[in-house]
Amino acid sequence: MTAPDPTEPDPRPDGPGRDPVLTVTGLSVGTDRLNLVSDVSFTLAPGERVGLIGESGSGKSLTALALMGLLPEGVHAGGTVRLAGVDGNLVTSSERALSTVRGEAMAMVFQEPMTALNPVKRVGDQVAEAMTVHGRVRDRSAARRAAVGLLDRVRLPDPAGTARAYPHQLSGGQRQRVMLAMALANEPAVLLCDEPTTALDVTVQARMLELVTSTVAESGTALVFITHDLAVVATVCERALVMYGGRIVEAGPVGEVLSRPRHPYTRGLLDASDLTATDERGRLRTIAGSVPAAGGFPEGCVFRNRCPRADITCAAVPPWAGADSGYACWHPVERDE
Amino acid sequence: MASRILRKGLIFLVSLVSASVVVFAFMAVLPGDPARVALGTNATPEAVARLHEEYGTDRPALVQYWDWVSGLAVGDFGRSYVTGVQIGPQILDRFQVTLWLVLSAMVVALLIALPLGIAAAMRHRRLSGTLLSGLSQVGVAVPNFLVGIMLITLFSVHLRWLPSGGWTPPAEDPWGFAQRLLLPAVSLGLVQGAILTRYVRSAILDVLREDFLRTARAKGLRPHQALLRHGLRNAAIPVVTVLALQLATLLVGAVVIERVFVIPGLGSLLLDGVGDRDLLLVQGVVMVLVLAVLLINFVVDVLYTVLDPRIRTAAP
Repeated sequence: MTAPDPTEPDPRPDGPGRDPVLTVTGLSVGTDRLNLVSDVSFTLAPGERVGLIGESGSGKSLTALALMGLLPEGVHAGGTVRLAGVDGNLVTSSERALSTVRGEAMAMVFQEPMTALNPVKRVGDQVAEAMTVHGRVRDRSAARRAAVGLLDRVRLPDPAGTARAYPHQLSGGQRQRVMLAMALANEPAVLLCDEPTTALDVTVQARMLELVTSTVAESGTALVFITHDLAVVATVCERALVMYGGRIVEAGPVGEVLSRPRHPYTRGLLDASDLTATDERGRLRTIAGSVPAAGGFPEGCVFRNRCPRADITCAAVPPWAGADSGYACWHPVERDE
Repeated sequence: MASRILRKGLIFLVSLVSASVVVFAFMAVLPGDPARVALGTNATPEAVARLHEEYGTDRPALVQYWDWVSGLAVGDFGRSYVTGVQIGPQILDRFQVTLWLVLSAMVVALLIALPLGIAAAMRHRRLSGTLLSGLSQVGVAVPNFLVGIMLITLFSVHLRWLPSGGWTPPAEDPWGFAQRLLLPAVSLGLVQGAILTRYVRSAILDVLREDFLRTARAKGLRPHQALLRHGLRNAAIPVVTVLALQLATLLVGAVVIERVFVIPGLGSLLLDGVGDRDLLLVQGVVMVLVLAVLLINFVVDVLYTVLDPRIRTAAP
C-alpha cells in the first residue's frame, strides 16, 4: 500500500451509499484549556448500527453528549453536526432549537440506569413526558396509554404495573429498558446508546443488547452504540469506529476491523481481549502503558507513546488513509501480519 | 406508610413525656425560691411556709410533677406564682401572636429565598449568580433587630407610613393588624430569607448535577422546564428540613424582634417569666415550645413521605 499524502484533504469514512441521516464533520470537544475530542468525522446511514469503541477516557461519551448538545458546563464543542430534516449545524444551534431535536429526532440512553431516572416520578409519567413534550399525543391519558405500550415494546413484564412504579422499585435492567422505551418514544432517526449494558449483570446484558438491536430495526432508527466491549460491538453493530485520545483512529465494517485491524491500537485492543493468547512469560496480553489523563496525550499521533511501531514520523498527526474504511497511522499493521 | 406514621406518633408521645420530666426536673433544681421572690427579702419563715403550702411546693417532687403533668394533659397549666393569673390562656394568647409573626416572616423568607436561590444556582458561573450569593451572605450576617430598627427609622419615623410597633389582634382590626405585622415580619423574614437562599441555592445546584436532569433534557425539555418539572421536588427535601429548623428556632428567636416592635409574643412572656422567677409559667411556656417543635418535626416527616416515594414505600 502507498503512504497517504498528507497534503490531500482527508477523505473520511462514509456510511453505505444512502443519504446519511447524521453527518459529523470535524467535531471537536474541549474546555478552555484542554482539547478532549479532535476532528471526529463520520456519517450514519438510516437504520445503520455503528459501534464507537474505545477505552475509558477516549472521548466516546463526550462525542455522544456533543451530538446531543448536552455537554457538561465549561465543555464546548466545535465542528459541524447535521441531522437529516433539521436545518443548520447542531453544534451552533440555540438551546431552543436543540430541545426540539432531542428526544424527537435524536435520543440517548445513558450508562447509569440507577441515577438516570427521576426518583420521585412514576416511571410511566416519565416515559409519557417524552411524547407530551414534543406534542406527539393530544392529552395526558393518551400519553399514559402510549407509555404503557412502549413499556410493553421493550418487553417489560406487566407494563401497566411498571408504569405505576417508581424507579427504585425496578431493577437495573428494568430501568434501562424504561430508558430505552423513553428514547424510542418518538421513533427517533438516531439513537445514541452510551454503554447501556455496562452497569448490568452479564445475563441481563445479552437480553438488553438483543432488545436494542431488534427495537431499532423495527423503527428504522440508526444506532450509535458506545462501548469498550469488543464482543458487544461484534454482536450489535455493522460498522465500528475505534476511538483513542479523542480521535477516531480506525473505521470500517465490524468484521474487517475486528479481524484484520490496521491501526496498532485496534490490534492491541484485540490482543488484550483475547483470553487464550499469552505473551512469552505466560501472561495475558495488554497494551503497554495506560491511557493518559485528559489533555495528556502526545502531540502528533495520540497513540505514539504506547505504540510499539512509533518512530520520528509519528510526531506529525497521521492523515486519514482510506475512505469508508480507513485508519490514521503512519505505520499500519499489514493485512498478513 | 401508615405504620411509619404510627411509629412517628409513638416517638412523638415518648418525646413529649420525657421532655416534661426534663423540664420539671430542671426547674426543680434551679436556684431561687418563688415564694421568697414573691414575698421579698423581709418575709418571715412562717409566711414563706404558708405560701409554699398555698402553691403546693411543699409536697414531694413526684406528687408535684404528677399534679402538673395531669393538668397539662387537660390544658390546665396552673396559676402563676407571681401574678396569680391562669397560665394556660396567657400562653395561648401570646402563642397566637408569635405564630402570626413567625409564619408571616417565613412567608417573606420563602418569597425571597425561592426565586433568589434558584436564580443564584442557575447563574452560579456568572457574575450575577456570584453577586446574588454575596448578597445572601451579607443578609445572613446582619442581625434582625438591626434590620428592624432601620425599617422603623425609614418607614415609621421618616416616611410615617407604618406604625413603629404595638399589636392589634386580627379579629379586632384587620387593617391595623396587617400594618403592625408588616415591619416585624419583614425584619425577621429578610434575615431568615437570606439564610434560606443559601440552602435553596445549594439544593438546586445539587439537583442540577443529577443524571435524571440530563435525562429530562435528553427528552427535549428545556433547562428551566427540566428544573421545574424534575428538579424542584427533589430539591424540596433538604429545603423543607431547614425550613422546619428555622420555624422552630424562630418561635423563641423572635423575642428580639418582639422587643424592638413591642409585640406581646411568647418569647417575651418566657423572658419575663424567667426574670420574675415564675417557674410554673416558664415550665408551661417551655412545654408549649417542645410541643410545637415536635409537631413541626412530625409534619416535616409526613411531608418527606409525600415528597419522596422512596421513603413512602420503604420498610419502616
